Amino acid sequence: MTVSTPSYPTHGLQMAKQRLIPAAYLIGALLVLSLIIGWLGSDRLASSATEALVYVMIVVGLSIFIGNSGIVSFGHISFALIGVYATAWQSCCGALRVIYMPGLPDWLSTVEVPPVLAGFNGALIASIVALVVGVGIMRLNGVAASIASLCLLFVVKTVYENWDNWTGGQSTIVGLPTYVDLKVAWAGAASAILVATLYRTSTFGLRLRASREDEPAARAAGVNVWLQRLIAFVLSAFVVAVGGIFYGHFLGAIALSMFWLDMTFLTLAMLVIGGMNSMTGAVAGSLLVAVVREMVQFLERGVQIGSHTFQTANGTRDIVLALVLLTILIVRPQGLTGNFEWGSKR
Amino acid sequence: MSGLQLLVDALSLGSQYAIVALGIGLVFGVMRMINFAHGDLITFSAYALVVPTAAELAPPLIGALPSWILVPAILAVSTAVALLLERFAFRPLRKRNADGTSLLISSFAVSYLLQSVVLFVHTGRPKSVSIFDYLSQTVTLGGIRVALVDIVTVAVTALMMMGMLLMLNFTRTGRDIRAASEDFVMARLLGVRADRVIASAFALSGILAGTVALLYVTKTGILDYRFGVPLAIAGFVGTVLGGMGSLLGAVLGGMALGVTSMLLDAILPSDLRASRDAFLYGLVILVLLVRPEGLFTSSRSRERI
Repeated sequence: MTVSTPSYPTHGLQMAKQRLIPAAYLIGALLVLSLIIGWLGSDRLASSATEALVYVMIVVGLSIFIGNSGIVSFGHISFALIGVYATAWQSCCGALRVIYMPGLPDWLSTVEVPPVLAGFNGALIASIVALVVGVGIMRLNGVAASIASLCLLFVVKTVYENWDNWTGGQSTIVGLPTYVDLKVAWAGAASAILVATLYRTSTFGLRLRASREDEPAARAAGVNVWLQRLIAFVLSAFVVAVGGIFYGHFLGAIALSMFWLDMTFLTLAMLVIGGMNSMTGAVAGSLLVAVVREMVQFLERGVQIGSHTFQTANGTRDIVLALVLLTILIVRPQGLTGNFEWGSKR
Repeated sequence: MSGLQLLVDALSLGSQYAIVALGIGLVFGVMRMINFAHGDLITFSAYALVVPTAAELAPPLIGALPSWILVPAILAVSTAVALLLERFAFRPLRKRNADGTSLLISSFAVSYLLQSVVLFVHTGRPKSVSIFDYLSQTVTLGGIRVALVDIVTVAVTALMMMGMLLMLNFTRTGRDIRAASEDFVMARLLGVRADRVIASAFALSGILAGTVALLYVTKTGILDYRFGVPLAIAGFVGTVLGGMGSLLGAVLGGMALGVTSMLLDAILPSDLRASRDAFLYGLVILVLLVRPEGLFTSSRSRERI
């Protein structure tokens, strides 16, 4: 596989401009979409769009590590989980917090941290965990690294399930402040895209991508592959954690089972369907899968055309969704976008 | 719990994992694809035992047949589904040169598809089904009572492994599969037909999936539309633990995972027992860090540059 790496001009302003054009295109496109949906004024549509934008955040976060390193990680949703629970410890549900999480120390169970700071702390904690486990896991290659990250997902879930006086165990925690609306979600997605693009085009990103294309050659050229992977792992854990925190504060409720295999597979499918190796792919894939999911649900509820209602049988929704995803993968195994980056010179 | 009882339990779970890991390992060998749908293949064929219905007590379908038809019938279902998946999902992907990641993600999609079909046809309600009732009794072995089904599981696995060993070593198909696992391109140049060898690997993995389905249902008596997923993940982890690409490694890796899991159950203090999986998978990470190429591989199988 060859990827043409754009040649970056070497002086100041022009360099910054070239690096950021793809991000600007994507952020602009999402802004236009959000404005149109906001203008249409349908609550349902706005809420679906908000959810889709939160998924964009998570998938873009995943792509920072997976896209640039070429290693599939099954473990990133753990960071979303760690982040959102750490945020809930600081800012969730007022007086109910002691009931959900009786094990919290006194200073934590009563404190009311402002949402933004609480979210930042939560994501920071997730990245620290990523740093600690990444030091080990980043030594591994290919499938072994993927499996180790899958094991991480299991370890985190099991620990959180049994640490129930801090996490509420299997029960759902309700009453998170729902501050994530369409505008906030757009801002979140835009920031994620900006961070990911800056990373991709930085020296670090280029070194990691070099190791993805040809690891021995990159090593020979002096790239410390372990270190570059670790940097990407921690940064992407941070972005995914913020995405998870946004998801929790969009729904207003969290449960351990939400951040589990389903979300792992869905977000990975979004990334691969869009095209793993470009930012445009990550965004396009998340939006496409979100739209397909929405349409399939729409069909199941029934569509009124004239005097006829067209409706698919109950329960066919998931079958249709799986078939559509599979078909897209068969038709375009390299992803919708291939390696195309919108706004980037070839 | 006595040592012997623990040993039987550990070997029984280890055997299940070993069969799953071998099924995943066979397909990985020839196609370099991690087939997550293997677990749902197990689920799907187990559900063929009962009549599709939303009721809690589903009347048996294939499950009502005498066992000399029941076993081949379930194995036929699982093999047929495995072949269909290969033909209509994975072969088109391979023809379009999909890379490992796309194949992996499409196996998620297939897994999700099979789950949704089971959910649609049988609903999500867990169902009880009993086959081979007489195996649920316990027998006294050296003064210890052990469940007959566990002994049967170990015995069936041993037979299965022996059969696979003979098949892989002494038949044309088996040799082709091993050759394709070593070097797919070279095997093709030497006259091994790609489609055929991949289809045979899928067929064998289908037989293994059907076997696990029968053993699992005999032991638990419960059908749930997602019961195959944890099995597939255990098999998947076992395959990597043993050494990706080595069939013997897959078997031993799966066995090691099952045995360790039961041992942890026995030695962990009771307040930590619920967190067993955290210890188990934490241990797997540690093992991988020490031996990234797997436990049961020689240095020969390392990737050369």
